[in-house]
Amino acid sequence: MSSVLYDTPGPGARKRNALLSVVFVVLIALVVWFVWQKMDDKGQLKWSLWQPFTTSEAWTTYLLPGLGNTLKAAALSMVIALPLGAVFGIARMSDHRWVRIPAGVVVEFFRSIPVLLLMLFANEFYARSTGVTSEDRPLYAVVTGLVLYNASVLAEVVRAGILALPRGQTEAAYAIGLRKGQTMTSILLPQAVTAMLPAIVSQLVVIVKDTALGGVMIGYTELLNTRSTLAANYANVIQSFVVVAIIFIVVNFVLTSFASWLERRLRRSKRSTGAVLGAEDMEELNPAAVGGTFGSGASDTI
Amino acid sequence: MFDFLQGYDVLGAFWMTVKLTALSAVGSLVWGTLLAAMRVSPVPLMRGFGTVYVNIVRNIPLTVIILFTSLGLADIFGVTMGASDFKVQGFRLAVLGFVAYTAAFVCEAVRSGINTVPLGQAEAARAIGLTFGQTLRLVVLPQAFRAVIGPLANVLIALTKNTTVAAAIGVAEAAYLMKSMIENEAQTLLIGAVFALGFVVLTLPTGLILGWLGKRLAVKR
Repeated sequence: MSSVLYDTPGPGARKRNALLSVVFVVLIALVVWFVWQKMDDKGQLKWSLWQPFTTSEAWTTYLLPGLGNTLKAAALSMVIALPLGAVFGIARMSDHRWVRIPAGVVVEFFRSIPVLLLMLFANEFYARSTGVTSEDRPLYAVVTGLVLYNASVLAEVVRAGILALPRGQTEAAYAIGLRKGQTMTSILLPQAVTAMLPAIVSQLVVIVKDTALGGVMIGYTELLNTRSTLAANYANVIQSFVVVAIIFIVVNFVLTSFASWLERRLRRSKRSTGAVLGAEDMEELNPAAVGGTFGSGASDTI
Repeated sequence: MFDFLQGYDVLGAFWMTVKLTALSAVGSLVWGTLLAAMRVSPVPLMRGFGTVYVNIVRNIPLTVIILFTSLGLADIFGVTMGASDFKVQGFRLAVLGFVAYTAAFVCEAVRSGINTVPLGQAEAARAIGLTFGQTLRLVVLPQAFRAVIGPLANVLIALTKNTTVAAAIGVAEAAYLMKSMIENEAQTLLIGAVFALGFVVLTLPTGLILGWLGKRLAVKR
């Protein structure tokens, strides 16, 4: 194994690495032992606190409905944000300045505001100005906040996806006499959407994580919110946090793996133009890199 | 028109946001760089630890981590972070949570920066007889550092926005104040605009300056 930082290890380096490994294992073991001791001191290792998670009641009453609501809000947000993002992404590439600039301002504005502010605002707005019932309001507010933010992020994804296509695609379309709209809808968009798929799936991870905000701040009954009801019922705060964290990790890990599988598959396929937007590209999607007009460079994967 | 601002310390709330951001940024830069060093080290065990840490922490919502620092660490394990009063404790716990979370992203940014340096650079450095230390100091790190600025700027901006999550454990920063103002005052739209503008003012210059710097310093290949 050779990298830019070090050579393939020789006998001396191998000995040193082995020594470092031993030291590191001891350090980790110490930390684990310390945490274990602390848990034991506070009586957090008692089986009775973990036992509820082996019963079906904890899952059917609390965790699964919570997870269901988390996924529902995430899916709704994605489904609404995607077409909205496409519209804004295409508008930002318009030849007309009066379309391009307002679209750019809107996208950059919503990208530089925290999702939580959007959710809080939407929640209050629905409460005062619309007839949304108070049971439905948290879902509406969470989805609105997520849609506004993620549509602007997806707008950048769409733009990057279209810009990643080879120039020849547009030129060939013009050469056979297609108009600008036709070129976009029948040549560029279909290819860009395929190229964007991995990026869109990894954006889903961000959306799933952000739904948790709605649970704590505006009372949407998603996974983190039902966790507190569960913990109040069984008096197992630490344990419920551990289980909920594991559920989130599993869901997001599945999504991430799916995204990278898609990316590999698309990169291999012979039929595409080779333009693929993966998770790595998402991290670089700041306007400074793509040459946007109003660069705030809000990162999208966090 | 702006008389609704009276009685609320909006600037103070944003100052809290800035403090949270600055402290967490420094902490996560240190911890994240350490993690990145582990992830690119020749010791397989350290590489494994770095990978596991990053993949676990990245997939947990920040809200879960922040809430856990308060409800788990403080309430059950009695971790007070050396603070006597509740407000200071919440602030320090939030910083701890942000550092633990953001470090994973800093690690990935730094690692991707190191990975942009082509292998040929190190090979060429060795070929002209530079020692390991010289290779690292004169050839690899200067290029890696320049490539890292852009991605790190993105992490910083995201961190600024993420500090609003501290409102979940009652730290009196911008989102926390906005929540109480928006519930008690009539001018919903204006309040939203004021706070949105505050964040635009905080994040826009960071993105512009660091983005420009990153582009300027980038190694042209």
